[in-house]
Amino acid sequence: MSTATQDPALAAAAARSQPRRRRRTLPPMTPKLAVGLAITIVIAGFGAVGPLLVGSPSEVRNIGMTPPSAEFWLGTTQTGQDVFAQLAHATRGSLLIGLVVGILTLLLSSFFGVVGAFAGGWTDEAFSLFTNVMLVIPGLPLVIVISSYVTEKSVWMVAVVLAITSWAGSARVLRGFTLSVRNRDYVLASRVSGESSWRILTVEILPNLVPLLASQVVFAVIFAILGEAGLSFLGLGATGSFTWGTMLYYAQNGLALRLGAWWWFVPPGLMLAVFGAALALINFAIDSIINPKLRDGTREQRKRWRMTKEQLRESEEEVV
Amino acid sequence: MTTLELRDVVKEYRLRSGFRHSVLRAVDDVSFTLEPGRTTALVGQSGSGKSTVAKLLLRLERPTSGRILLDGRDLPRRGAAGHAYRGIVQMVFQDPFASLNPYHTVAHHLARPVTLHHPELGRTAVLDRIHELLARVRLDPVEEFAARRPHELSGGQRQRVAIARALAPGPGILIADEPVSMLDVSIRLGVLNLLAELQRQEHLGVLYITHDLATARHFSDEILVMYRGSVVERGPADDVILDPQHEYTKLLRAAAPDPERRLRELAGP
Repeated sequence: MSTATQDPALAAAAARSQPRRRRRTLPPMTPKLAVGLAITIVIAGFGAVGPLLVGSPSEVRNIGMTPPSAEFWLGTTQTGQDVFAQLAHATRGSLLIGLVVGILTLLLSSFFGVVGAFAGGWTDEAFSLFTNVMLVIPGLPLVIVISSYVTEKSVWMVAVVLAITSWAGSARVLRGFTLSVRNRDYVLASRVSGESSWRILTVEILPNLVPLLASQVVFAVIFAILGEAGLSFLGLGATGSFTWGTMLYYAQNGLALRLGAWWWFVPPGLMLAVFGAALALINFAIDSIINPKLRDGTREQRKRWRMTKEQLRESEEEVV
Repeated sequence: MTTLELRDVVKEYRLRSGFRHSVLRAVDDVSFTLEPGRTTALVGQSGSGKSTVAKLLLRLERPTSGRILLDGRDLPRRGAAGHAYRGIVQMVFQDPFASLNPYHTVAHHLARPVTLHHPELGRTAVLDRIHELLARVRLDPVEEFAARRPHELSGGQRQRVAIARALAPGPGILIADEPVSMLDVSIRLGVLNLLAELQRQEHLGVLYITHDLATARHFSDEILVMYRGSVVERGPADDVILDPQHEYTKLLRAAAPDPERRLRELAGP
């Protein structure tokens, strides 16, 4: 029989030269991912530690609208509050909302998407119907209605409202993917070997969804932070708390733009933009795991293949 | 020693299109017995109900009518007996590229059926059993293969892992659904020989589902020919192949490459 094809010495040598990657789900460290992670970590660190080091963000002084100085790094507001202190607290508030919405969206979308598709039958029909209803409810108007109906709004309340209006899209994507995974042979095989349904779901199916889930959480966090900023700017945000959105709202009310007080509105705006960009960069890196086609075929990649200029031009014409 | 018997089994699917629905009879009144140490081949074209029979035997589907008997008793549905049935009847799937979870190592694929059906075994005993299984399907060195993931194996190696997984609970009946049709021609014989050898060692009852008459004749004692859901011809392997009665069997036989006939044709006028 022709079965003794594996040469043990060769195989062992190959194993030694190639350290086995334990976690295939971790994305490869690309420049995009490195930059995204670095920015996220710096901003998250600022949000976590910053509020402990600065003074009270609400303390009123009689030096309104002073530009940045050694004492007040980012100047003061109209009523003499320290903008840098406000920024530290706002960062914490915005990140908290992002985190809470990310987790809630993950739980809701995986419950309604994955569990429904896995169970099948009437459960799937009911979950799918509910998801579709939530999907077509226009998000922003609902958020505005709920926000204006509840008078005393905490940060948590705003986060829950944002989560409720944002999970349905992810749930549909997850449902489609689960439907395809649950009929694969390896799921049948583990059913044949007697695994319980719960274990099939958590051990056999869920790990294959991890890249998708990660990408959706990152997207949900971006959506939540931007959405909260939008609500706060409209004056519908959480009362008595600091987020990037409320800072912009107060700057707008305090005529910062007309008075040229750039130090009041630029920092929160910039933080929003940079943090959103950083999460988007991380999302690209995760995307390249889900869809390897996105990874190859860029001009950079082709340059690395040592193509001549002619070949480069030809390959680009092909793609276009 | 396990015997698995199908008695007058019918499986119907309701097809719905809009408000109307029709009934598709996928398996029509099929009876046969799988006995220890014997290989039964189930031959038929695509859509003839071969795989549905496999699903019925594996309890992935319920028969519409008829009985499936394990050692003369009706199949246990739930509880401990239902769980034990999973260890007695096992399956090797057709496509080795789909039947192993890309996320898990080979060791995980083998450890789960072992621990599910032999919960008394400790961690090291399970590991020993995994290594023994890998050695039996000739994947050496065993530690090296146990740590690999499916994408680091070739098609033939994957199918060996799938066979090892099917053997892991210590089954009495093995259902092989076209186990070599997705494999390279050069390694088919190796995998089939391995299956035949394991069958002899374990005294397994094997249901070999295929549409390849040549391997069916070589590796089985009895051949059943299925056509549109019913068994149209059955008998000892050589009889069915050498003296086909039903039209479809004759067609199948004529479709198999026959070098002598071809030579005759070439030499003829």
